[in-house]
Amino acid sequence: MPHFAKPAEGSWTEHYPGLGTGPVDYTDSIDPAHYEAERDAIFKRTWLNVGRVERVPRTGSYFTRELAAAGTSLVIVRGKDGKVRAFHNICRHRGNKLVWNDYPGAETAGTCRQFTCKYHAWRYALDGELTFIQQEQEFFGLDKSDYGLKEVPCDIWEGFIFVNLDRQAGPLAGYLGELAKGLEGYPFGGMTEVYTYRAEIGSNWKLFIDAFAEFYHAPVLHQKQAVKGEADKLLGFGFEALHYELSGPHSMISSWGGMSPPKDPGMVKPIERVLRSGLFGPWERPDLDGLGQLPPGLNPARHRAWGMDSFFFFPNFMLLIWAPGWYLTYHYWPTAVDRHLFETSLYFVPPRSARERLAQEIAAVTFKEYALQDGNTLEATQSMLASRAVTEFPLGDQEILLRHLHKVAGDYVKEHADAAR
Amino acid sequence: MLPAEFAALEPYSDWILATEPERYAKRLASTMAQMQAFYDAAFPLLEPALAHLDAFARRDLPEPERGLLHLMQSLVMVSFPVEVWKQPRVPDSGAAYLDLITEPAI
Repeated sequence: MPHFAKPAEGSWTEHYPGLGTGPVDYTDSIDPAHYEAERDAIFKRTWLNVGRVERVPRTGSYFTRELAAAGTSLVIVRGKDGKVRAFHNICRHRGNKLVWNDYPGAETAGTCRQFTCKYHAWRYALDGELTFIQQEQEFFGLDKSDYGLKEVPCDIWEGFIFVNLDRQAGPLAGYLGELAKGLEGYPFGGMTEVYTYRAEIGSNWKLFIDAFAEFYHAPVLHQKQAVKGEADKLLGFGFEALHYELSGPHSMISSWGGMSPPKDPGMVKPIERVLRSGLFGPWERPDLDGLGQLPPGLNPARHRAWGMDSFFFFPNFMLLIWAPGWYLTYHYWPTAVDRHLFETSLYFVPPRSARERLAQEIAAVTFKEYALQDGNTLEATQSMLASRAVTEFPLGDQEILLRHLHKVAGDYVKEHADAAR
Repeated sequence: MLPAEFAALEPYSDWILATEPERYAKRLASTMAQMQAFYDAAFPLLEPALAHLDAFARRDLPEPERGLLHLMQSLVMVSFPVEVWKQPRVPDSGAAYLDLITEPAI
């Protein structure tokens, strides 16, 4: 007997007939040839979120982003006209990487008036224009206007900077579609207290998305994190979402989550009772314009027990908005068929006191305790998938987002291959 | 080093660490007995510390108060091992790691 209503078809999965209900083939997570096809069909052709506008607050603020899956490095910079642009991080002279410190493969950030190549001091303005050639008279009829930095489509949605390596890419807003539209107006820009974590994970990029696209695992994998009696109760209930929605290649899951504040303080650990915070965030709601009236895309089931919504924007960006008034992002950057770089950032309203600071601190610390368990499980999964002892796996209704992800990623690869034929 | 009212915590001043990587490394390098002793001394003073620190401007803490806040960040760091895990590492986390590469300034 479900605790929360499902669609008339009887399940979330059958509500979207194209998905099917059969077992899912996970060869797409272990096959090197398929990974190469994904790089071309997906990571060189879709809008990728590379960060927030707060990372480029002023004219000349820049950061670099290594995109192994797309085989390039980008520099993202705010120009004199205030516009944020993205360029391939390559000098037009002889191909040196333009912006880096000490280690060419490491990302960097800073503020500058112009970009100067370390190799022969060619200079570029913030809008990419080539402005200076060392010993220009030695070159042969070279017109500087032909040698600006190679620009990449770059656009901003609600303060999130996206790039697309396909010069023919359609508009960002159209790509992100209805799920994104429903979030417009949320006060992301007021949440600038940031904790960013990074890890290299020994699994295919889709497996970590799988892990965070369902909460079916939460009462089991994380049961030791809750107080004993509470853990048993959660395990008995299992997990059911309030709502799921698929929209184009994107998707969302809406969940209950009532630990901020808990119904009974005895349900949480002693330090949480003092700091009045935990995994679900500080119990006291921050005072921020825009939090009073949430945009229509949040809590779509309009449930009073609503705790958080997790939005997945294909191919590798997840945005979780928590009822207590903060959000976090996940990014999964593939580096090989069985490796990826996982990045996650927690965004809070800047604390006004040490008390508020520590309430956020325990949320961030607790988050890491959970994520370490999630990350380790993935390596165990990857190694056994690679054995090919079993290749097809049954996915339940609470795993609809996983079924959708693997189908969408497979469809992108297939359509790209068909178009090339 | 710490504000006078918190002199009882001076023996634990090696937990005054300014960054999460330092705090996390010290947690992993400590025994449960060491963390339990620190926790037992610091936990009862957490609420008094919050009350004390609330009297100061958030972005302008004097050195002793800054040290107290870092010490309480370390208390948060050891709370999971002491209150839940009964071991320094997260169970089932194996070789997994998660580096904090950006953290808000104190």
